[in-house]
Amino acid sequence: MLNYLWGAMILISIVTAAFTGKMGSITNAAVSSAKEAVTVCITMLGIISMWSGIMEIAERSGLIKTLSEKMRPFLNNLFPDIPPDHKAMDYIAANVIANILGLGWASTPAGLKAMEHMQTLNKKKDTASRSMCMFMVFNMSSLQLISINLIAYRTQYNSINPSEIIGPGIFTTVVSTVVGIVTVKLIETLKK
Amino acid sequence: MKIMIVLSELMMPMIFVYIIAYGYSKKTDVYDTFVIGAQTGAKIVFKIMPTLIGLMVAVGMLRESGALDIFTKLLSPLTNIIGIPKEAVPLTFMRLVSSSASTGILLDIFKNHGPDSYIGRFVSVMMSCTETVFYTMSIYFMSVGIKKTRYTLFGALLSNFAGIIASLWICNLLWT
Repeated sequence: MLNYLWGAMILISIVTAAFTGKMGSITNAAVSSAKEAVTVCITMLGIISMWSGIMEIAERSGLIKTLSEKMRPFLNNLFPDIPPDHKAMDYIAANVIANILGLGWASTPAGLKAMEHMQTLNKKKDTASRSMCMFMVFNMSSLQLISINLIAYRTQYNSINPSEIIGPGIFTTVVSTVVGIVTVKLIETLKK
Repeated sequence: MKIMIVLSELMMPMIFVYIIAYGYSKKTDVYDTFVIGAQTGAKIVFKIMPTLIGLMVAVGMLRESGALDIFTKLLSPLTNIIGIPKEAVPLTFMRLVSSSASTGILLDIFKNHGPDSYIGRFVSVMMSCTETVFYTMSIYFMSVGIKKTRYTLFGALLSNFAGIIASLWICNLLWT
């Protein structure tokens, strides 16, 4: 997707610049943006490293495992079609907990594994099962406690209080998650 | 609404205390483990850097050429209905498609309006409750060969939309 999007963005810029007479300044914009991206990454280097350091402690001390065990009753309710001791449940729990803790890079591999195991339970192999729909909607409602990247970006652009968005962020992500779950459950009931 | 502020201030310290205390209780070498994890974090940032450079360049050029403004103006009748700040509209759309491209636009907004402006705060909150729906769906469903995704897209878009509306509401409540 980005192969088209990225090229289109640059081509559109150049064509527009030809009409707006900004040809000279888009060169500067390109160069300074490239430089700026590196500055952003330096700020991120500090904050993301700190976060994943803390999360490594959570991982190695067994906390993440314990937390995902605690989520099981809730998840079993959410996915009635999957037997509670099925492998898919392990990966769903791992994916959900990684998302909640803001470990995006750890959540995708677990999520893909969850899909693979849900597919073994799926009767129509080219159609998403009920569990898959629920899993995907739940996953994309992006339930998380702290969006650490956003704090890094806000720090980079000199926010006085980069973390002030954590509270509102939790509130809105709970709203989107609840709406997602309720929507899927409603559709499932209506289809019966 | 004080709870929001308290939550923002306490969330990170609470997570730190909880994790480190848990680590001690399980006799983990917390600092050594932290260092190992921080290395992983550093590697991740280096992995992101090239994509971020590519997309920040593209967004920077779009902004400078005036194309981003034209796009924003074209969409403004639509946004007046919902009440989203018009500068945030390109971001709202891009958010559904690509994580790195939306990051590029987000940073452009921070640069032009500041992260502490109303729009800066709105996009921050909005980014934390929305997801790259189209991208995620294609990756996950493609990996197992599913072609009919049924109501997944509808559910995901509705949940993201609810997040956007909730962001508007909470930002108006807290910061206007």
